[in-house]
Amino acid sequence: MSFHPNEVARRARAVRAISALAIGALALGFFRAQVLRGDEFALQADGNRLREVPLVAPRGIILDRNGEIIAENLPGYTVSLLTPTVDSLNAALDALSRVVPIEQTQRNLVMRRYERARNRPAVIFNDASFEVISVLEERRMEFPGLIIQSSPKRYYPDGEALAAIIGYTSEISEGELEQDRFADGYKAGQHVGKSGLEREYEARLRGIEGRRFVEVDARERVVRDQGVRPDIAPSAPEALRSTLDLELQRYIHETFGDSLRGAVVAMDPETGGVLALYSAPTYDANRFTGGVAASYYDALLNDPTRPMYNKAVQGAYPPASTWKLATSVIAMERGLAEIDTRMEQPCTGGYQFGNRRFRCWKPAGHGNVTLGEAIANSCDVYFYQLGLKIGLGNLIAGGIKLSFGERTGIDLPYETQPSFPPVDYQKYYDSKYGARGWNASATLSLSIGQGEDAQTVINMAQFYTALASDGSAAQPHLIDTIVPRKQLFNIRPDQLAALRQAMADVVSGRGTAGSAALKGIVVAGKTGTAENPPYPDHAWFVGFAPYERPRIVVAVFVEYGLHGYVAARIATKVMEQYLNVSLVNASATTAAQ
Amino acid sequence: MDYPLLVVALLLSAFGVAMVYSAGQSDMPVRYIEVAWQRQLGFLAAGLAAAWVVSRSSVRFIEWSAWPAYALSILLLVVTLLFGSGAGTAESMKGWLTIGGMRIGQPSELAKLTVVLMLAKVLSGMRNTPRSLLDLWQPLVVVGVPWLLIMMQPDLGTGIVFIGICFAMLFWAGAPWPLLVMLASPGISLVLAFSTGVWGAWFLILLALVFWYRPYLVEGVILVVVNVVTGVVAPLIWDSIKPYQQNRLLVFLDPQYDPRYAGYQVIQSQSAIGSGGWFGKGFTLGTQKRLGFLPAHHTDFIFAVVGEELGFIGVGVALSLFLALFLRCTRVAQRGSEPFAGLVAIGLATGWFVHVIVNVGMTLNLMPITGIPLPFFSYGGSFLLISWLAVAILLRISAEGRGQADGLGL
Repeated sequence: MSFHPNEVARRARAVRAISALAIGALALGFFRAQVLRGDEFALQADGNRLREVPLVAPRGIILDRNGEIIAENLPGYTVSLLTPTVDSLNAALDALSRVVPIEQTQRNLVMRRYERARNRPAVIFNDASFEVISVLEERRMEFPGLIIQSSPKRYYPDGEALAAIIGYTSEISEGELEQDRFADGYKAGQHVGKSGLEREYEARLRGIEGRRFVEVDARERVVRDQGVRPDIAPSAPEALRSTLDLELQRYIHETFGDSLRGAVVAMDPETGGVLALYSAPTYDANRFTGGVAASYYDALLNDPTRPMYNKAVQGAYPPASTWKLATSVIAMERGLAEIDTRMEQPCTGGYQFGNRRFRCWKPAGHGNVTLGEAIANSCDVYFYQLGLKIGLGNLIAGGIKLSFGERTGIDLPYETQPSFPPVDYQKYYDSKYGARGWNASATLSLSIGQGEDAQTVINMAQFYTALASDGSAAQPHLIDTIVPRKQLFNIRPDQLAALRQAMADVVSGRGTAGSAALKGIVVAGKTGTAENPPYPDHAWFVGFAPYERPRIVVAVFVEYGLHGYVAARIATKVMEQYLNVSLVNASATTAAQ
Repeated sequence: MDYPLLVVALLLSAFGVAMVYSAGQSDMPVRYIEVAWQRQLGFLAAGLAAAWVVSRSSVRFIEWSAWPAYALSILLLVVTLLFGSGAGTAESMKGWLTIGGMRIGQPSELAKLTVVLMLAKVLSGMRNTPRSLLDLWQPLVVVGVPWLLIMMQPDLGTGIVFIGICFAMLFWAGAPWPLLVMLASPGISLVLAFSTGVWGAWFLILLALVFWYRPYLVEGVILVVVNVVTGVVAPLIWDSIKPYQQNRLLVFLDPQYDPRYAGYQVIQSQSAIGSGGWFGKGFTLGTQKRLGFLPAHHTDFIFAVVGEELGFIGVGVALSLFLALFLRCTRVAQRGSEPFAGLVAIGLATGWFVHVIVNVGMTLNLMPITGIPLPFFSYGGSFLLISWLAVAILLRISAEGRGQADGLGL
């Protein structure tokens, strides 16, 4: 072995070089990891330790026309769990169920939520009661992945009065997540409008979800849940202002009572804005928020009075005599009748057409009446003859022009298509009754609002807004927007005035709804009693007030109401309430000025 | 007194104890790790005391004691293999000498020191420069016996340290480089055997070397045969090693191969270090460490805590201290009063060097995971004690060396 100083010095140089190279290589490695790729690894490290917890967005509030709250958000609490695996979720649920009861169906739901979005905390209670929250808060240390956070919860101060309009919100379903309607960033667990305005205006009511960050340790236990990183606050959209008059809606809810069933629609004839829309019997929309209890839902579904069925827009019923104004308008438009026109045969309680006798509702008969008197007393025989004069084809074409064949397009979901014969009515009747199974007598039924005619309450209200104005109607709507008017018919002003006078006579000592007359306000309208064999007749009233310058159109439909004046009494009460209140309001506004 | 060497060693020890303290500061505190720094401080004190005693002796005495110390450590290794126990992350290894259930220490740490002394004694006693592998039988036996005993524990990491020490000291003793290559060839064949093409290329180079260097015919033939055999049996060896060892190597090639288990440590260590950036997250404030993502953060992966909490700056300081240590040791070796002294210095320095490169490299997946500690940093009494004995021997050698002991040159 040689240890000559020169050789040793050479070896020492080699050793120094190797040391420096090796350490330098390590330093380069750290430079690359910490400086060049530092951000990437920082993200990776944050991904390890930070979990995003969504902050539920408040939905937009909904106001009535006077700024009163129809739908708002109350503070609520959600309880959710953050777990790394299905096994640990199960274990955590086992532990939790020893403290607060969790049903098996609830558990399955939690598991499904977890499977759908593993990186989001799985919601256990959407709207936990204060007792549950305080129990869990007290024993928080036992449940490492537990997240309790306040989240806004939908509330309707007048949930029962508004059920038919407002709808409700609930967790988005798996099916809905795949629909185009919810393509815009909806996530499992979020709440969406399921019916009513909540559904119709989902896009405008939906808030923007916020985010909160919690820090978890290697075992996915929440270590810190405050101030790890600044929260991104959720935000609510602008309030939605509706055309509704909450005061009036409440009044209708009280007036209609529990025993009756049917619907009321009140509209502003000038704008088409719906002032009130009520379907009876009603239910409590608040009980649907965040998922309805099965027992309540089943009870509603099995109720023979069908509370969940919106009788104002979903139900279609024979309009009966309320449709005689349509027959009158069609006749006037065609120059076939004026207000004082009389028919060939006077009313003797019935009308012989071919081999069949068509009855008038009044067996004693109305005698020889003018159009105006026929409207006031709802003489069927007069309208049979008027219908024949118009002819079936023209009657149907006229009805279609008056929008009886189509939906109003009100901004509520599930509006029913009215049933009314199409323009090529022959084919329609042929296919329904066979080529020789029908004849011109269909004209007679149609001219008094029976037969192949079933209208929604909202559609009837729309037609009467045209009568209350200049023959044009604005599309009924609930959210305050300006809607174009559609000219339904063109008759001379004096003809229209005469028709209104006849309708005013209906609600007077001379007419069919004399008992519904109001003091100080002249109401114009028309009753209807729809035959509904084998069940009792339905009652209708559609009208407006004040007669001189209509400010409100009211359509009332009472299932099995027997006679139109039943509906008329409700309608005139609604008008009285609205006009009085608004008069008081008007004077208050004047005083303020 | 070689103050620069002493100061570097003291700084490294202080840095190390501080990091062990930081390792105990966690959001998921473990009592044992929380107080580890106090024990480490105790070990350091013991190490300093032992070092003081050793530094009072002489190189001659140290050389004299090489034989008995070597014999003792072989005996302890045998005893450990028969009666030892595992501990901590190395539960399955029989690395600990245990008496009555109490763990006394890890004899393999002592062997690192005694093998260096014994090897230096043997190499310095050889008169002629070795021309063949056969001439190296003495040093190879000196290293081979404890190496085999340690590989039987099995402790692959420490085994690698012995191989490093052996080659470095042979090199320092002036063994010709073709001889070193030939000595290393079976190991190289083993590693390269996984690709037939690469192994083939390597084999051609080896053949050329054998023809050029012309060792004894028998030796040359044996060498070639051994290389062929290792190349052939390598896959069999692969199949025979334990799955966790296979995984470690596979994970070295791609941590995502097994991100939940074998790759987990490396992935977590990398993100902890990388997220430290330039300046780190602050002493004791490393989030990945605090939240328990960083495994073995007080022992094998303690350097990841340095990276996370002190950033690239802290890493740079630590690496600079280590480089200073190595360079200073090389200076001590160069100035050694006799071949034995120089060889000891190089051997001790190489022990640390292999530890540092393998351990630090492992935290960034630049090296496969082998559970060997980082000198002066990782929590553990035996290694710290031995390291300070090594410092003391180096100080003694430096004191007896040529020229100024306390010169600032590296």
